[in-house]
Amino acid sequence: MLRYIAHRLLLMIPTLLGVAVLVFLVLRVVPGDIVEVKLTAEGGVFTEEQIQQERERLGLADPLPIQFVRYMAGLAQGDLGISLWTERPVISEIAGRIGLSFELAIISTILAVVIAFPLGTLSALYRGTWFDYVIRVITIGGLAVPSFWFGMLIVMALLLTVGVLPPLGTVSIFADPLVNLSQLIWPALSVGYRYSAVVARMLRSSILEVLSEDYIRTARAKGLLEKVVIIKHGMRNALLPTVTVIGLEFAFLLGGLVVTEQVFNINGIGKMFVEAVVLNDLTMLQGLVLIVATGFVIVNLLVDLLYAALDPRIRYQS
Amino acid sequence: MDANTETVADSDVLLDVADLEVEFHTGAGVVRAVDGVSFQLRRGEFLAIVGESGCGKSVTALSLMRLLPRKTAQVKATRIMFNGQDISKLPESEMRKLRGRHMSMIFQEPMTSLNPVLTIGDQLTEPLLTHLDMTREQADARAVELLKMVGIPEPERRLTQYPHQFSGGMRQRAMIAIGLACEPTLIIADEPTTALDVTIQAQILELLKDISERLGIAVILITHNLGVVAAYADRVNVMYAARVVERGPAADIFGTPAHPYTIGLMRSVPRLDKPRVGRLATIDGMPPNLLAPPVGCRFRQRCPIAEDRCRETPPVQQVTDGDTAHSVSCWRTDDAKSNAPTLYGVETAQATAKAPHGDKVLLKVEGLKQYFNISLRQGLTTRHVDIRAVDDISFTVHEGETVGLVGESGCGKTSAGRAILQLNNPTGGSIEFDGAELTKGNIAAVRRDMQVIFQDPFSSLNPRMKVGQILEEPLKVHKLRPDKESRQARVAELLTQVGLYPYMADRYPHELSGGQRQRVGIARALALEPRLIICDEPVSALDVSVQAQIINLLEDLQREFGLAYVFIAHDLAVVRHISHRVVVMYLGRIMEIGEGDALYANPQHPYTKALLDAAPVPDPVVERNRQRIILEGDLPSPLNPPPGCVFSTRCPIAIDECRRGIPDLRQLADGHGVSCIRVGE
Repeated sequence: MLRYIAHRLLLMIPTLLGVAVLVFLVLRVVPGDIVEVKLTAEGGVFTEEQIQQERERLGLADPLPIQFVRYMAGLAQGDLGISLWTERPVISEIAGRIGLSFELAIISTILAVVIAFPLGTLSALYRGTWFDYVIRVITIGGLAVPSFWFGMLIVMALLLTVGVLPPLGTVSIFADPLVNLSQLIWPALSVGYRYSAVVARMLRSSILEVLSEDYIRTARAKGLLEKVVIIKHGMRNALLPTVTVIGLEFAFLLGGLVVTEQVFNINGIGKMFVEAVVLNDLTMLQGLVLIVATGFVIVNLLVDLLYAALDPRIRYQS
Repeated sequence: MDANTETVADSDVLLDVADLEVEFHTGAGVVRAVDGVSFQLRRGEFLAIVGESGCGKSVTALSLMRLLPRKTAQVKATRIMFNGQDISKLPESEMRKLRGRHMSMIFQEPMTSLNPVLTIGDQLTEPLLTHLDMTREQADARAVELLKMVGIPEPERRLTQYPHQFSGGMRQRAMIAIGLACEPTLIIADEPTTALDVTIQAQILELLKDISERLGIAVILITHNLGVVAAYADRVNVMYAARVVERGPAADIFGTPAHPYTIGLMRSVPRLDKPRVGRLATIDGMPPNLLAPPVGCRFRQRCPIAEDRCRETPPVQQVTDGDTAHSVSCWRTDDAKSNAPTLYGVETAQATAKAPHGDKVLLKVEGLKQYFNISLRQGLTTRHVDIRAVDDISFTVHEGETVGLVGESGCGKTSAGRAILQLNNPTGGSIEFDGAELTKGNIAAVRRDMQVIFQDPFSSLNPRMKVGQILEEPLKVHKLRPDKESRQARVAELLTQVGLYPYMADRYPHELSGGQRQRVGIARALALEPRLIICDEPVSALDVSVQAQIINLLEDLQREFGLAYVFIAHDLAVVRHISHRVVVMYLGRIMEIGEGDALYANPQHPYTKALLDAAPVPDPVVERNRQRIILEGDLPSPLNPPPGCVFSTRCPIAIDECRRGIPDLRQLADGHGVSCIRVGE
């Protein structure tokens, strides 16, 4: 098992290398120049020379191959470079803001699972009844409604019913967990709704499929209690495809956060993405993409390991 | 006397079912899958319920256990007395206490009937912990005992394993152990060996018989295999279209069958224990649609002696031969019995040899090898291993000849067929067709002469194409008929040749029955006027009465067009019936090859002997006096075949020398070859 994990971790290197090369190239093709944005923001007039000087200072004037080598050499030492905007190390910029997004992602996932499991299970067990139909309408809604719009609805609903707005700032979870949760629960809900809908639908169909399997009939033929049949024999098998979906959706979550963090004004990496794009902060974007890709690969690995824990037919050491 | 009220001493009766009805509410209407079934089962008795697919035998069993889906299935009965208690009115909570405790069930598919994510030990101890209040330790100890009882070696280690680490036969043993766990008084076995190979089938059924006799457990065995019934059952219920049409002691049912359906069923299977008959008896048509069953006798549309009365009034069950145990539901049972041998045509009684074939060699297979390279991941490295699906086989097929390839699953018979057709690239050896060696270059030209019929008539026809389009396609590809009209004429001709009607060209495959679809498969193969057809298990997915129709059709077509067949099958009796020569394969190699009748009459290789020995024949007299040599163990993994003779690990007469070298195929006499160093010692 350890060998398998080591194997997978080693395989991450070529994957991330590919991502790094791709993002480097793509960003050089995209139009726009941070130097102009920067000098404009500083106000006043600037000359062609000043632009050139600034470009040289930031290393943007060098030929692409040189820039690439410098970037790669930095990566090899774990250095993501300096933000072209703030001129602070990218890694520390991200480190300051990733925690919030990560927390939001975790809360959304927990929320999604907590909503999806009862909904999916009950919907399967009461298949074809009004109860099932209500749940299915709710989950279809989750798929159909964009999460940022749902977020706006939440904001408006809070304003109109209880007359409060979600706070503009956030308190660290370590400073005051309750306040932190009350701040993050609304954005988490807006992302988690869609997430839970996907998971609940998957769970419903896999439970229905599993319950028609021969081994469920065998379990019933043993005279087991129906709840034992469903939980012990049914759920564990139904979890296999569901876990895959949870893992895949976790990756989409990061995409969802980009917009939702804007709606709720949360200072996470989703917002950072938008800022970096607006400012043409190439090194920052490179760093963000790499970090997100790493997260995606690690979540995938975790899903595969969870799979092995759930299904004895999958064993990774051979 | 009404046979429903046969009188038995009450204490002796374990199960008494009266007027069992099961209705399924489907989108198309109500299907009464079991319609007024009554029977009794004595303690320790072995009862077989036999019939073709859809006759209601499995539904009967599941309804007794109350395992049918409650939403769609409605079960009614006057009474279902089990152990002196009417279980038809029992609340579910009480019924649950009976299931797995006093009555248990073994299912058809050992591959899917065990939970893949739980250990065998966990699944085996469940009924013990649920019903018998055992502690974990007691249950584990009992589980070890149970696995020993069903013949699973190293039980302690096996208990910690998962189902995928068990072979098919082993899984079915584990299922039997689960069924036996609480020492029930009744075990229902629903086609327990249908998914298993014949040598494994013999192991499992012997085990079931032995244990039930020893522990006094009554068994209801549900099967379509008449040989199995003859070998193991004390009594038999024959079901047709949701009703029991005949029932009685096994000896009577086989000795003096009284219902035309039973007679037809017996006559339509080829027999290993009797000389070959010219044509198999066939029951024309197919069972009625239970959405709208016919009034009167349900068999009358297929019955050769039906009369007006049969059309109007359903027959009453009556005793036959004054024997209270043997009863039949037929108005014309006396005629049926007195005309039994000729009921389905006079030829059935006559022994006939196969029509002779031509002398010219059409197909010559020489040293054919088909290896499949698979990758095994081992940590960071990958190991490539060859699976030797077919390993150095040679045989010939003459014009108009049928050569049967027979063996258990994994023996390489299907791979050999595919290699001959060049559907897979053979690893080695040569294949000559009509004197020319097959290569990549000329295969397209030879394809026309060499066609194939597949096993599964359900998945081998494109569901989006009409029958006519399916049959036209090869004509277009090979540009045989340039214009649409002549192609359609040819399609009509083909459909007629295989016993279908030209109007069926407009049907989609799902609108046809299994037998009709297989006829379409045959017509497709015939379309190009081939000289050789590879038939890969063409009848194993079909019911016996339909199977006989297809076999007869294949023989008729052979006579008419001089076709040669390579007939791949696992059913020894079918292979003998249709083949001039037979090739017996095991683990990719030929064990024995010879003229069909001679080979079956005088098998030389210990594997051939064991195979023939394992196949039960539909005659209780023969079966009860038979001493079986039952092969032990499972087929070795083709990933890691044993050294020397591949059969040596299971061979009853193997000696050390067998494990040293691969035996040559030695010619004994006129075309009879055997690969065994111990034959003729």
